[in-house]
Amino acid sequence: MTEKYFSEYGGRYVPETLIPALDELSQTYQTIKEDNSFKEEYKALLADYSGRPTPLYYAEKLTEYYQGPEIYLKREDLNHTGAHKINNTLGQILLAKKMGKERIIAETGAGQHGVATATVAARFDLDCDIYMGAEDIKRQALNVYKMEMLGAGVIPVKTGSKTLKDATNQAIRDWVSNVETTHYIIGSVVGPYPYPEMVRDFQKIIGEETKKQIINKKGKLPDYILACVGGGSNAIGIFHPFVDDQDVNLIGIEAAGEGIDTGRHAATLSEGRVGVLHGSRSYLLQDQDGQVIPAHSISAGLDYPGVGPEHSHLKAINRVRYDNIDDQEAIQAFRLLSEREGIIPALESSHALAYLEELAPKLSQDQTIVVNLSGRGDKDINNFKKIREAEADEQN
Amino acid sequence: MSRIKESFKNKKPLITYISGGDPDLDFTEKMIYQLQDSGVDILEIGIPFSDPLADGPTIQAASQRAIRGGITLEKLIKKLAEIRDEIEIPVILMGYYNSILNYGEERFACDARAAGVSGIIIPDLPFDEDETISEQLKEAAIDQIRLVTPNTATSRIKAIADRSSGFLYSIAHLGITGDSSRENPALKSYLTRVREQAGELPIGLGFGIDSPEKAKKAARHADGIIIGSALIEKIQAGQTEEARLNNADSFVKSIKAVLV
Repeated sequence: MTEKYFSEYGGRYVPETLIPALDELSQTYQTIKEDNSFKEEYKALLADYSGRPTPLYYAEKLTEYYQGPEIYLKREDLNHTGAHKINNTLGQILLAKKMGKERIIAETGAGQHGVATATVAARFDLDCDIYMGAEDIKRQALNVYKMEMLGAGVIPVKTGSKTLKDATNQAIRDWVSNVETTHYIIGSVVGPYPYPEMVRDFQKIIGEETKKQIINKKGKLPDYILACVGGGSNAIGIFHPFVDDQDVNLIGIEAAGEGIDTGRHAATLSEGRVGVLHGSRSYLLQDQDGQVIPAHSISAGLDYPGVGPEHSHLKAINRVRYDNIDDQEAIQAFRLLSEREGIIPALESSHALAYLEELAPKLSQDQTIVVNLSGRGDKDINNFKKIREAEADEQN
Repeated sequence: MSRIKESFKNKKPLITYISGGDPDLDFTEKMIYQLQDSGVDILEIGIPFSDPLADGPTIQAASQRAIRGGITLEKLIKKLAEIRDEIEIPVILMGYYNSILNYGEERFACDARAAGVSGIIIPDLPFDEDETISEQLKEAAIDQIRLVTPNTATSRIKAIADRSSGFLYSIAHLGITGDSSRENPALKSYLTRVREQAGELPIGLGFGIDSPEKAKKAARHADGIIIGSALIEKIQAGQTEEARLNNADSFVKSIKAVLV
């Protein structure tokens, strides 16, 4: 197939109205990514505005706890706005400026991408509207306040499952209607070409830094890299620079929600079939008739029935293994990291951390695992409070 | 000549859209007969999809009602096959690519033909991506109606028109279905540009046409007009089945009256 695809996955399955915008975006992006002044401006923003490079932290207490391989955390949670999402929004806002757009829109699930988008829109003085599912607005109130504080409009989406999938539909509809003035900053490696490739390029800094840092610390590459997968941007970001390093095992962790057997999960790559949603061909949770099945996860950022096309490709060629972790396991990992390391992880990242329970006991002490700690858990505190209260009720 | 193209001879056809199975297939059947009796020239029937990203709130809601009512593409095609002898006007299926991909492209073309379907519109499938299905449709002698929009480059309009049959669907303004708040001030020059590229292919104009006044204006520059959301809203306003059918009847007649 063409450059728009990762083997058979990807493409541009969108209404005709968006074709000129996608062409413009592809062309601008192809030009800009070779342009030195763009590269320097982007690099400077990553360094001084977001705080890169983020540390690769040796999690001594977690390593002690599992009594096995050395565990390192790639601290994307220490980025400005609290997650890896800003790597992408900084790149895309520069593109939007270059294209002369006046307005930015974005979809958000957990609110991390919404906050990262509202942040760069404020910094670069562009109007900004964020689409967010009404259900997610309830789950992630803190991030809604942040976006509003940053001057963005937060538009509740009340259709369908009222989560990320529907927020994305609504953002695409807005874009179709305002395409001449508006740039759509997609937050993950999903959507029509060139988004999956472009967002990956903006996120691959995670893996590039990790590679240098682990070599500095250990003198060799890690044996395993773990990352959670919703749409899959933090995972592609850390995996991509290691794809050709065959000795590095890459594992993507999807959300098993209430359990795979319950049908209420977000394990697209394990349980889905190839389909088309939001502009690209990839694995998709769908019923027999091809209707998209709403995903379920305690973490709003993983609550997505699709997945980036490059992940489908990496699964098909058996380069990345995909597994899943359910809500309860993620909550355990959330607790464990907070208590042992004094780091409160996002519930999304907690899915990757939870996989250590299964993986660490099988490995020896001279092996190393890197977990991408894609975001911090401040936004999940309300959720956690509810869990604690429910537990207290049960005990009483 | 295709039955759809035939409908553009000596008149400006009215093409109406309803969602298949909204709220159930029995009502869709009755509505098809009603629209046909009221004077609709071409029937466009939507394949309900959970995530219709080119559609506004009215068609989104219609799709949801139909899905809740248990519609599937299989059931819809089966129903059309059952009643094909009762339908005298051409039928177009309009659906998102995932529904067709999931059904199987070859199987879809084959079953749609057997059900008497004359044309297909897939709004999220630009011609760059659709080699397989377009071959299957050609083989089944089903028209593939493609869309152009006001921001489509002239060279691309030509490429799209070259790959279309039946008619060329021109979207009146940038946006989603049912948005009647916008008017394209450059409609005339847009459609002149489209016509220069379309050659013999008739031009159907749709999106945002919700009244006889707008229909009349649209028909000045286009060869036929397409109405979806406005019709569905009229139908939904009826409290009983009879009222719904009557509403469709009077709305269609009011549009037909200005298309002569």
